[in-house]
Amino acid sequence: MLFVAFPVLTTIGVSFFDANGHFIGLRNYQQVLGSPDTINLNGFPKPPPYGTLINNALWIVIHLPLSMFLGLWLALVLREVRGSSWVKTAIFIGMVTPLIVGGIMMLYIYDGSIGIVPRFFDTIGIHSLGVGWLQRPTTLLFGLIFGSVWLWTGFSMIVYSAGLTTIPKEYWEAAKIDGTSAFRTFTQVTFPLLKPMTIVVFTMSILYELKIFDLVYGATNPQGGVGGAADVLALQMFREAFVQLPANYGTAAAVATFLSLLTLAATVMTIRYMVKR
Amino acid sequence: MLKIRPRTIVIHLFAWGLAIGWLFPFVGLAMAAFRPLPEIIGGWWNFDRFTPSLTKFGAAFNAIQLGLRNSFLIAVPGTLIPMFVATLAGYGFARFSFPIRDYLFLTIVVLMTIPQQMVAIPIFRIMFGLGLANTVLSLVILHSAWGLPWIVLFMRNFFSALPKDVEEAARVDGASDLKVFFKIVLPMALPALAAVAVLQFMWVWNDFFFSILLCPSNPNCMPATVALIRTIGQFQFDPGLLAAGSIIVMLVPVLLYVLLQRFYIRGMIGWTVKG
Repeated sequence: MLFVAFPVLTTIGVSFFDANGHFIGLRNYQQVLGSPDTINLNGFPKPPPYGTLINNALWIVIHLPLSMFLGLWLALVLREVRGSSWVKTAIFIGMVTPLIVGGIMMLYIYDGSIGIVPRFFDTIGIHSLGVGWLQRPTTLLFGLIFGSVWLWTGFSMIVYSAGLTTIPKEYWEAAKIDGTSAFRTFTQVTFPLLKPMTIVVFTMSILYELKIFDLVYGATNPQGGVGGAADVLALQMFREAFVQLPANYGTAAAVATFLSLLTLAATVMTIRYMVKR
Repeated sequence: MLKIRPRTIVIHLFAWGLAIGWLFPFVGLAMAAFRPLPEIIGGWWNFDRFTPSLTKFGAAFNAIQLGLRNSFLIAVPGTLIPMFVATLAGYGFARFSFPIRDYLFLTIVVLMTIPQQMVAIPIFRIMFGLGLANTVLSLVILHSAWGLPWIVLFMRNFFSALPKDVEEAARVDGASDLKVFFKIVLPMALPALAAVAVLQFMWVWNDFFFSILLCPSNPNCMPATVALIRTIGQFQFDPGLLAAGSIIVMLVPVLLYVLLQRFYIRGMIGWTVKG
């Protein structure tokens, strides 16, 4: 309680005060949401920085479906493969790698001269992507998101694999006898039966994408890379409270509270679903 | 007569190719650690000149060995303490009904979703106030407190799935609650405890945010994840050294996972799916 519940309440409290200890109501929140650090879409379409809130949203919009469906697809395909446990082990290693190391690895994957991704694009003739990805705002932001898909897909693959083993074979056999196409079998039989797994992957992935910190820190710096292009809410909070001088605990606490409201919303969705069931 | 269809071959080639391709970034990291930088400019897959050496690993190990020691000093008690407390609490939740049980339980679920940033400022102040900032102890305490909710939840789920008959039979024979717990329930719970231990140990070992919060610069308390950034990454950027250090730091959780995969997967599935 002392290290979880009490600090949460204190942080909410701190978010209502300014640096001199005066109560200022919701003004920290106003300042955070009005700041270009958080939302920066003036003159859109334009290259990043888009601000932390938009970046976290991009993480969810891109990272969630990619890792979820890639993992589901792998789980389905690997059922027919001999030695699939080895394949799964290889893919899942990304999940047990410390995320800070995952971030450091982005330096090697996307490096202009030794990185496999820029070298690949250079070889196939797309020279605009044949340079160091982390040194340019747009490729930095999207490179980290795609890089994280590589690390995180193992999660959805393992959860869906476990889910698939709970479905009795008779279901698929019945569908086959009825002459149902593979696609319809998937949309009408398999996917609905995997709904509990989808809920889990969905929730855990959103929490991961909202809380993302280590990976960005490892791949860039406390500023979120060139022009703050890869900045996220968790990093913004850390910077405002523990890096910049003077620290601004009020706005940092407001960012943290705001982030918590988002994660809470994701969890409440799950709980409501589970209670209904 | 076994028929091998072209489709089967294609799927196998694809799956195995994918597994190998998936590991390419790790291979790249290893190449950067084993080979001198000029050799891998233009791609580590060029083997015109190939002179691997372990010098970077030796240097990296020297740079972060204090961090590795600290990581063990934090992760071992940071795993055992919450496991002990949470196992008793989880059993209590599962077996003995008391009125606030459900609310307490819901509270724990909500607490699990809270980002670390939400507690950072007060924790920082508390640890400074107690004179514990920049100590290994502060991280042990914090990780223990932070691990408790999910372990309680996990153990509660496990205990409530256990059949009650055996315990009741023992009670009829006159065994006390404590005796039932230690002689009958705990031995049955060993696989679950192994799963918890693996997950919690990895979580503490891999943690970066709490570590850099409470020990940003003191080498005597910083765990390996922070030492990697601060000791190797800070002053001059030596790609080989950083790669070697990264491999050393990730080796512990990866080996643990490969060896104890069964428990790890069961733990993860258990606490996500059954939750």
